[in-house]
Amino acid sequence: MDNVTLTINDIKVTVEKGATILDAAKKVGVRIPTLCHHEDLCVAGNCRVCVVEQKGARALQASCAVPAAEGMQIYTNTKKVREARKTIIELLLSEHAGECTSCYRSGNCELQAIAQEYLADGDAFIDVADMTEIDISSPAIVKDDSKCIKCTRCVRTCAELQGVSALWAINKGNHTKISTFMSKPMHYVVCTNCGQCINRCPTGALTERNYIQDVWSAIDDPEVHVVVQTAPAVRVGLGEALGMEPGRVVTGKMAAALRKLGFDSVLDTDFSADLTIMEEGTELLVRLKEALAEKKNVALPMMTSCSPGWIKFIEHQYPELLDNLSTCKSPQQMFGALAKTYYAKKKGVDPSKMISVSIMPCTAKKFEAARPEMNSSGFQDVDYVLTTRELGHMIRQAGIDFENLQDEKFDTIMGESTGAAVIFGATGGVMEAALRTAYEIVTGREVPFANLNIEPVRGMDGIKSAAVKIEKVKPEWSFLEGAELKVAIAHGLVNADKLMKEIEAGKSPYHFIEIMACPGGCIGGGGQPIPTSPEIRKKRAEAIYVADSELPIRKSHENPEIQMIYKDFLHEPLGHHSHELLHTHYTPRRNVK
Amino acid sequence: MSNTDKNEILNKMQERVNLIFKNSDCSAILDKALTMKQDDIIKSVTDSGLRGRGGAGFPTGLKWKGAAAASGNIKYIICNADEGEPGTFKDRRILEEEADKVITGMAICAYAVGVSEGYIYLRGEYNFMKDKLQGECDKWNDKFKSKKLNFTVNVRSGAGAYVCGEETALIESMEGRRGEPRNKPPFPVGAGYMNEPTVVNNVETLAYVATIIDKGADYFKSIGTKDSMGGKVFSVSGDCAVKGIYELPLGMTMQEFVDLFGDGDTKAVQVGGASGTCVPRKNFATTVIGFEGVPTGGSMMLFNSKRSMFNALRNYLEFFEEESCGQCTPCRVGCQQLLKGIEAIRSGERPVSYIEELRKLAVTMSVASKCGLGQSVASPFNSITEHFREEICY
Ligand SMILES: Cc1cc2nc3c(=O)[nH]c(=O)nc-3n(C[C@H](O)[C@H](O)[C@H](O)COP(=O)(O)O)c2cc1C
Ligand code: SF4
Repeated sequence: MDNVTLTINDIKVTVEKGATILDAAKKVGVRIPTLCHHEDLCVAGNCRVCVVEQKGARALQASCAVPAAEGMQIYTNTKKVREARKTIIELLLSEHAGECTSCYRSGNCELQAIAQEYLADGDAFIDVADMTEIDISSPAIVKDDSKCIKCTRCVRTCAELQGVSALWAINKGNHTKISTFMSKPMHYVVCTNCGQCINRCPTGALTERNYIQDVWSAIDDPEVHVVVQTAPAVRVGLGEALGMEPGRVVTGKMAAALRKLGFDSVLDTDFSADLTIMEEGTELLVRLKEALAEKKNVALPMMTSCSPGWIKFIEHQYPELLDNLSTCKSPQQMFGALAKTYYAKKKGVDPSKMISVSIMPCTAKKFEAARPEMNSSGFQDVDYVLTTRELGHMIRQAGIDFENLQDEKFDTIMGESTGAAVIFGATGGVMEAALRTAYEIVTGREVPFANLNIEPVRGMDGIKSAAVKIEKVKPEWSFLEGAELKVAIAHGLVNADKLMKEIEAGKSPYHFIEIMACPGGCIGGGGQPIPTSPEIRKKRAEAIYVADSELPIRKSHENPEIQMIYKDFLHEPLGHHSHELLHTHYTPRRNVK
Repeated sequence: MSNTDKNEILNKMQERVNLIFKNSDCSAILDKALTMKQDDIIKSVTDSGLRGRGGAGFPTGLKWKGAAAASGNIKYIICNADEGEPGTFKDRRILEEEADKVITGMAICAYAVGVSEGYIYLRGEYNFMKDKLQGECDKWNDKFKSKKLNFTVNVRSGAGAYVCGEETALIESMEGRRGEPRNKPPFPVGAGYMNEPTVVNNVETLAYVATIIDKGADYFKSIGTKDSMGGKVFSVSGDCAVKGIYELPLGMTMQEFVDLFGDGDTKAVQVGGASGTCVPRKNFATTVIGFEGVPTGGSMMLFNSKRSMFNALRNYLEFFEEESCGQCTPCRVGCQQLLKGIEAIRSGERPVSYIEELRKLAVTMSVASKCGLGQSVASPFNSITEHFREEICY
């Protein structure tokens, strides 16, 4: 690789050819402010706050977009640069309806931070904010154009990471805005509700629809029994929302905080993640049996269904492949259906007086909970979905000293879980958990990987694949003897799309595919603390695997509460009750609905 | 000067240049080029001193040399016929009357640079001539075949925005995307259309190439001045005694120009269209029309003393506010602020001193915008507000 040498503020630095001025500055510890730049996305170079002066050049250079060149002399802190940056920030403020005292992103807003840094005057220019009515059509995502600074991070996220392109720049000049197909409301376009755009929005233009007030009201109501479930990835993200560094596992503190907030039952989605493995693992084995032993025409590869952003994606883009989806509900919805039936009965709570809240790293879960079919308990199974960020807000509002909380445990009988459930939070985790159980069901032995860690399915490659040889099976699984189970994992819908194209072309070699809508899996979910970056997601994933390795039980089928629910209530995977409560169907949405 | 005198001088001057609109045998010009060495053609174009006639004035020979040296799977030439600059209408006439020269210029580039595909990016509003122009292309494509030149040329319809005349926005729009300028580098000569080396030249530039090969670089050089060689096709409009399209030598003073075209009461000339510079009467004698003074893509708008420069500036700003592609902050928001700003000063909502803030803003736009559109708004804004401050503020 060729190198180039340049100077940044007279400091000599050598970088690889192709690196930008911004990269070079970073290398010598010079921070340059940015807004449209994002590590996960391609270069835009449109906000212009990263401009620097190049000796001999008339115009300033956008350091995020201009490649470092041999002999360049760059100055990042001249009068010309400072004044230009301040003016640019003031221009952005003039098209941004600043409501910093009430804005959901206040304190976590990149525009606010940079404006403060440059002491920019919000009234330097005339107010030109786009006062289009706030779009609250979607149960998951709120779009407020008055706060949009047109950095196009959301557009690039939706196109590059998700391959969806629900958001796009429309019009030009003073009418430029980020909008949807035919400017339809967010609920009526191909948006998957994944919330990745929110994670990368520098301001409060895109946020989750927040239900904090509704949840407080439920808690405040003495008549109502409020149960709360917490998804696997929340425990490795919540700390960040409360000022802790990325990668801290805060399961115990979270349970303690939820109790302090006043939730009546503090339970764990991990329980239903284990349950998902029992149901989905069995479903896979049944499909394999039908395909291999009975030579039936069944849809393979089977695909996971835990990620509601992914579900909406496939409903829109590949409705003809819906049969390939596992019929299992997501852990959130399995939990919701059981909370108002099994749990209510066991605990003697009137399900009509129960409010079921879930804490999710996800915004699509809000949409999922509101799907009309999600009422198998006879009520809406999950009433409110809060993101990790919303929970962080509630904990702050309650004045809880989160970092110094003593660890507490979840309540029983839907609070016990295994390491297999925890790893649902990272890409590859569902696959790993499923293999740990399915392999053992079929062979009676543990999966042949050291310490149960199935390394090939871990990590941040967009698409991963693995093959597991199945040998010395139990007699009832003889048709699988010697078979090689081929699996693949994709995260980020743009990667999912590649696997779908492969299936469409009849070239998919796989039996089982795990798909998570969000980069990194749920740890990188659209409801997780902002900012996100490859580094942050890596730390969260590492924390997930540490949490797994530290748990005494690491296989779903060994969870005692799971064994109990099958004994007392469900009887067997894919049984009658399971079908009623734990499985679902899908809606083709080729024509956007 | 009487009108007959004026006409006589004008005719003489036009006669002296008379390159673009003169009948020539383009087939013979191409044959001549095809007998030359590629390097010699590029050298000849370089020696002629020809600089881009699209507005930016980049030396054409240098551009071609860059493209010739660039490596790619295929190379393209695009004739920029987007002609969107307010007050410019010369490319239209050249294409209507002298398409042969333009296509020949493209073919000469193809031969010299190693280009095999060419496109004429035709302004959407010029669609009325699209079929005829495509007909010319087809005719020439047959000729290229018979001359064993591996080159084809076709017409592409423009996307309808002013910014699509900016070469990288033009390329984006040709590739089917929003017409938004790209980050540079890379420049089109290295990575342009379809990411391959691409020469983008203005209609007039390419027509001049044909005449340079025909008459020689020295002839071309003999017209104009040291810094502004050759002729230039001007689009003259506004409060004029005579208006229209004239091919004149570069390097005239504004006084000479106004004497020829003005109505005797000219107070200002807007040179180079909305994105150009306003020259007030007091500077006419000292201002040279050319790269050493005020460069122009061809538009010359004359204003007499009855005109309000506030209205003129507001009109330009309304244009920019709408025609900014909208991607970069300084231009998208800056154009709106300049327009709203002068209106607010007029209405008393902002103090007169706010004009200084706006002038500073324009300077920031000129150094921090992503492309030539946002960068050039300061030219009209700061020249008009400098010379006609009272008209703008009161
Ligand atoms: C906003 C904007 C609009 C432009 N419009 C045109 C145009 O209509 N025609 C043109 O030839 N060049 C136009 N240009 C200049 C082109 O980017 C480019 O420099 C030119 O086509 C190169 O050809 P030349 O070197 O032969 O002039 C425009 C530039 C900008 C920034
Ligand atoms: S300067 Fe204007 S036209 Fe050019 S890229 Fe920026 S917004 Fe677009």
